[in-house]
This record gives sequence, C-alpha cells and structure tokens, in this order.
Amino acid sequence: MLKPMDTQYGFIGNRSHDPYVAGRDTLSKEEQDGECIFETVGEVTSPDPIISVRNCNVFYGDNQAINNVTLDVGRNEVISLIGPSGCGKSTFIRCLNRMNDTIEGARVEGDIRLDGEPIYAKEVDPVLLRARVGMVFQKPNPFPKSVYENVAYGARIHGLARSRAELDEIVFSSLERAGLYAEVKSRMDEPGTSLSGGQQQRLCIARTIAVNPEVILMDEPCSALDPIATAKIEDLIEELRQNFSIAIVTHSMQQAARVSQRTAYFHMGQLVEVGATDTVFTNPIHRLTEDYVTGRIG
Amino acid sequence: MRLSTILLVYIAILIIGYFAGRQKAIAYSHALDAGRTMHSLPMYHGYYVLMWGAIPAIIAILGYFFMGDGLVLDRVIAGLPDEVRSLPESRLNLVLNDIRVVAAGAETSGESEAYIQSAADSLNAGREFLSLLLGLAVVALSSTGCYLAWRNLSGDFRARNRVESAIQVLLVMAASIAVLTTIGIVFSVLFESIRFFQKVPLFDFLFGLNWSPQTAIRSDQVGSSGSFGAVPLFLGTLMISGIAMIIALPIGLMVAIYLSEYTTARVRGVVKPLLEVLAGIPTVVYGYFAALTVAPLLRDFGLSAGLQISSESALGAGLVMGIMILPFVSSISDDVINSVPQSMRDGSLGLGATRSETIRRVVLPAALPGIVGGFLLAASRAIGETMIVVMAAGLAAKMTINPLEAVTTVTVQIVTLLVGDQEFDSPKTLAAFGLGLTLFIVTLILNIIALHVVRKYREQYD
Repeated sequence: MLKPMDTQYGFIGNRSHDPYVAGRDTLSKEEQDGECIFETVGEVTSPDPIISVRNCNVFYGDNQAINNVTLDVGRNEVISLIGPSGCGKSTFIRCLNRMNDTIEGARVEGDIRLDGEPIYAKEVDPVLLRARVGMVFQKPNPFPKSVYENVAYGARIHGLARSRAELDEIVFSSLERAGLYAEVKSRMDEPGTSLSGGQQQRLCIARTIAVNPEVILMDEPCSALDPIATAKIEDLIEELRQNFSIAIVTHSMQQAARVSQRTAYFHMGQLVEVGATDTVFTNPIHRLTEDYVTGRIG
Repeated sequence: MRLSTILLVYIAILIIGYFAGRQKAIAYSHALDAGRTMHSLPMYHGYYVLMWGAIPAIIAILGYFFMGDGLVLDRVIAGLPDEVRSLPESRLNLVLNDIRVVAAGAETSGESEAYIQSAADSLNAGREFLSLLLGLAVVALSSTGCYLAWRNLSGDFRARNRVESAIQVLLVMAASIAVLTTIGIVFSVLFESIRFFQKVPLFDFLFGLNWSPQTAIRSDQVGSSGSFGAVPLFLGTLMISGIAMIIALPIGLMVAIYLSEYTTARVRGVVKPLLEVLAGIPTVVYGYFAALTVAPLLRDFGLSAGLQISSESALGAGLVMGIMILPFVSSISDDVINSVPQSMRDGSLGLGATRSETIRRVVLPAALPGIVGGFLLAASRAIGETMIVVMAAGLAAKMTINPLEAVTTVTVQIVTLLVGDQEFDSPKTLAAFGLGLTLFIVTLILNIIALHVVRKYREQYD
C-alpha cells in the first residue's frame, strides 16, 4: 500500500509499537467509532501557555461535540488541530473565543483560561474577549465595504484610533503585515469582495490583526484557496508567529507539518494525541493518529 | 355545431396525433442497431405531432372568437332595408342590439318590426353556419397538421429541439402579454388625458393651487367652469403617505431586526405569520378603524392638549395607513436580513463587535438593496391607497401642510370624479385621467430614482 506520509518523513513502519497499541495491528470497532474514552497521549501542556483548556466539554443540545479535552496553546506558537471531518476541531477553537455563544443550544463546560483568567467567568464580556482572540474563517468573508473599511472596522468599533492619521496607520500597517499592502494600495476604495479569493483571505487576516489580538484562531483558512494563495498564507502564518499565538484547524497534513510547531489530533470529539509536529507525523504514539497521518482513515 | 363538441373532437385528434407520433418513433428506435439511440425521445416526436395539430387550429378558433360575430353581423346589416342601413351609426347600433336580443330568444318590449325578426333569423342562421364551418376547419386543420408532421418524422428527426423552441415562443408570448397590458393601460390613460389637457391647460393643472372640479353635469345646465389645480391633491397624497412611511419604516425595520437577529426560531414562527395577517386585512376595515377608533382618539387627545384636530385628519389616515403597510416593510426586510450569510455576522462578531454593531455596520448595509425594495413596495401601496383616505381624511382639497386638518389625495379624487353620472367628455370626468397619468408618471420617476440608488449603493457579499 502506498503511504505518502511515510515516505515524506522517511519512515517505513517497522518501528517498535507504543504501549497503547503494542501487539495489536487493528483497532477495535469501539475505538474506530470513538465509543470508548481515550486518554490523551503526548504533551498536552505547554511551558508558557497563553491559553489553557482543562476538561472541556461542548454540547449542542443533547449531542456532545467535545469530550473532556485538555490542551494548552503556547505563546508565539502555531498549533495545528487535525482530524477527520466532524471530529470537533472547529467546535474546539470556537470555544477559545466564545464564538459558540452565538449558536443556539450550545453549552460549553470546563475551565478555559486566557493568560490565566477564566474566559467563561461571569464578569468576562465575550465581545472584549473576541478582540483579544481573533478569528479567521474557512471561507473568506470580507464585509460588503471597501478594502480600507474592512480593515478599519475592528479599529473603529474598539476605538483604537483617535484620528484619521492613526486609523490610516493601523490600516496600512495591518495590510503590510498581512502581505497585502503592495497589491491593494491603489485599490483602497474598491469593495473587499472585488479581490481574488487569496487576497480576500489575507484581507480577513489583516482585519483580524488590526485589532491587535493576542491569539489568532484560523478555521481551515486555506480550504477555499488555490495552492499559490495557500503558500502565501502559510508564509504569512510563519511571520505572524513573531507577534501572535496561532491555533489553526486544517485538513491538510502537509500544511500542518509546514506551519505548526505542535499538532493535536482529534477523533470523534476527543483529543487523541498532542505533540511536537515532527513527532506526531513521524513517530505517532497512538495507533489512531498513525492511521490518520498515514492516510489509512480520515 | 356546438363549440364544446368542436373542442372535444379537437382534443381527441391531438391525443391520437401524440400517440401516433410517439408510436412511429418507438418503431424507429426498435429498428436501430444495438447501442445506438435516436436524437430525441419518442415523447418529443409525439409532442411535435401534437404541436402541429394544435397551432393552426387554435389560430382558427381564436379568429372565430375575435372576428366571427362581426362577419355575420356585416352580412345581416347588408340584408337590412335601405332606410334602416342609412340611419346614423348610434341609431343603427340600437337596431342591431334589438336584433341580437331577438336572436337570443328573449322577449322584447312591444311588437318588434318584421325586418328585425327576419334579421334575427338570418343572424342565427349565419352563426350556425359559421360554427359548422369552424368545426370542419378545426378538424381539417388539426388532422392535416398532425398527418404532415407525422409524415415528417424519421429516425434522426430532431423533434426535441423543435419542441424546445416552440416552448420558448410560448414563454415569450406569456411575457409579452404582461408588457402589452402595461402599454395598453398607459395608452388608454394617455388618450383620455390628452382630451383633458385640450380643455384644461397643462400648466394650470400641474401648478394650480385650487382644486374644485364642480362643473355643470350636463351641457344644458348652468354651473361654474371648475378649477383644476392638482397641487393640493399631490400635497395631500405626499403628506398622508409621508406620515404612513414615517410610522412604517422605523417600526417595520425594528420588527425585522428583532425577528431575524434577536428572537428564537419559535417566537419568530409565531410572530411573523401574525404580522402578515395585517397585510390580509381589507383596506375598508382599516378605514373603519381609522374613522371610528383612531380619529376620535386623536381628536380627544388634541382637545386635552389644546390642539384643534379635525375628526377627519391626514394624521389619522396616515397613522392607520402606516400600520397597514407595516407588514410589507417588516416581512420583506426580515427575509432580506435573513439572507445575509452567517459568515458576515461571524466575521464581525469574531472581531469583537457586539450584536448591534454587527447589525448596524455589516448586516444592514449588506441587506440595504432588498430593504429599499421593501420600502418602495410599501410606498407605492401608500400612494395608491384609497379607502382609508376616503373614510378617514375626507374629500376637501385643502392647500395645507398641517397634518391635523382634513385633506384629500389623488386617488380619492379620481374615485369621486368617476362616481356618478356625468357626461364622459366633461373636463370633470376627464380630470380623473389627467390625475391618473400624473400619478403614474410620479411613481415611475420614484421607481427609477430608487432603482438607481439601489444599484449605486449595492454592496456585494458573495
């Protein structure tokens, strides 16, 4: 059987098995379907966490979408969340800026802290939280406004600029940092939707960093883009790491390998394995993770 | 031959034609080598045959309806005595009417003259003959058409394309009916208006400040010559619809925002249909409500506040009209706001905007073209509304901008001008058409401006 990931990481598969799957070549049906409880393996904690999640459960009505997840997001780190469709990775990052609050019937349990402060505490205003934890979505969603106004939007609602000059400065530097300024400097007054898909997504990133968040959540930011636009976004993520912490959900394992330092593998609402990206891809501990990264499931 | 018989035979021929065509095509398809298929399904061959059977005969039937009776009447007139034929046209029409009545077998008042009886007989005979002719023509045309089309079929005949283009022609005809009707309405109003403007100068009509159309009803009466300044009417229309829009726009928009953004699906499912019930209340009922409930309330309120509010006032009519058009604004705005993609809201909320900031700065701008469309629909309802104004705002064409006084509107005046028995060529009656035309032009200009505004400020979100 062809195993692209194996060859990419130069490993053939005759390594010694980890304790969880030692002596077993196949997973039980319960494990495949996620009907049993996994204990997360690998490094769930981070030495310098900016976000720490402890025992998080998410319910949509009666359905449990996230089951007892514990995970840290490190400062100035890119962590990628991978896993099959419907495994809860998008739901999980939407807990980190309380976007799940906007969904009727969603309920989040557990202790989630940003810089040590619990974000689900009663006195926390989710609106202010979202200014500190920005989000970029799967489909580029520029507002029906000009390029300039798209980036100025966040700065305006949070009153970050006291004058037009300051606003210009925020807008232009955000576009610059998003690698978009050169392409749009003569098109500031054109609608954001007139840009190409990749430019729109970088516009959405510029819009997010204009608010100067501490963490940026990215929910499959490249899934609607072509390979060239994807490469630009990936380069951008690498640069943004200097100033921001980033959690990125992705379906592309190559992308996860390229952009992230840590990788978390989700399966049926549970966090199966976390670790340094290299380790997860070349030497996964858990059998489910191995099956996924080698392309056997997912 | 009775028309229903003709139609039944016609339909039977078409059905036979359809199956004959289909059968022939099926036979061809059986004769084909394995693995090859015909260009068109047998069904289309059937439709093709049916089409050629149907079209010529339907033209004959339509021709019979539009011209048949005229042809027979011409012959009847030719057979009338000379002294009758030489009567003036209006008298001749009366005679023809008598003939028709007798021919229909109805009792006429008094003894009808002999020539009427014989003319009626020849009318009936002519009609009988013509319908027989129609029957034969329909049978001949439809069966010949079917046969020719059927003979034309072959294994690789492209029946499907022919049928598709026939459907296209049908659709074009349906569309042109709507367009032609509009043009017809415009011209019917236009010609009467031209007659009106021959009697009353255009300038006096458009800029005159006094509306008092009381002219002599008949030419042998003595009466004033009337004055036809339309400004008070348009002012009244503007004021009442303006009040209605001032009520309906903000409330309707707020209702729409509440329904689409703040409430749960369950509340929305109850409230929205209830609101739409408002749109189903007949305007006459709104009229009672305005005249019997709102107007006295306003008057009492005015008394206690030291204001003179007449019991028929622009304010009362405008208020109730605002309630009437509320569902148009709220329902359409709600649909439009709902169709703004959730990703827009997520994007804004994800930046730390509150729900109301998101609505004001992202959702409403994205929904604006549709909302303006809803406003326009509501405004045209308000301008064209008549019953509420008749009952609650009165008939007095007063030149005022005080909403507490009685005023009247263009539509109300059109109704009062056309009700009653005036000669149809008096300026008083014709003024209705002048008003109608002006109202039509005004709303047309409003629509054009609004379309332009919508196009200019449209913000694409997909």
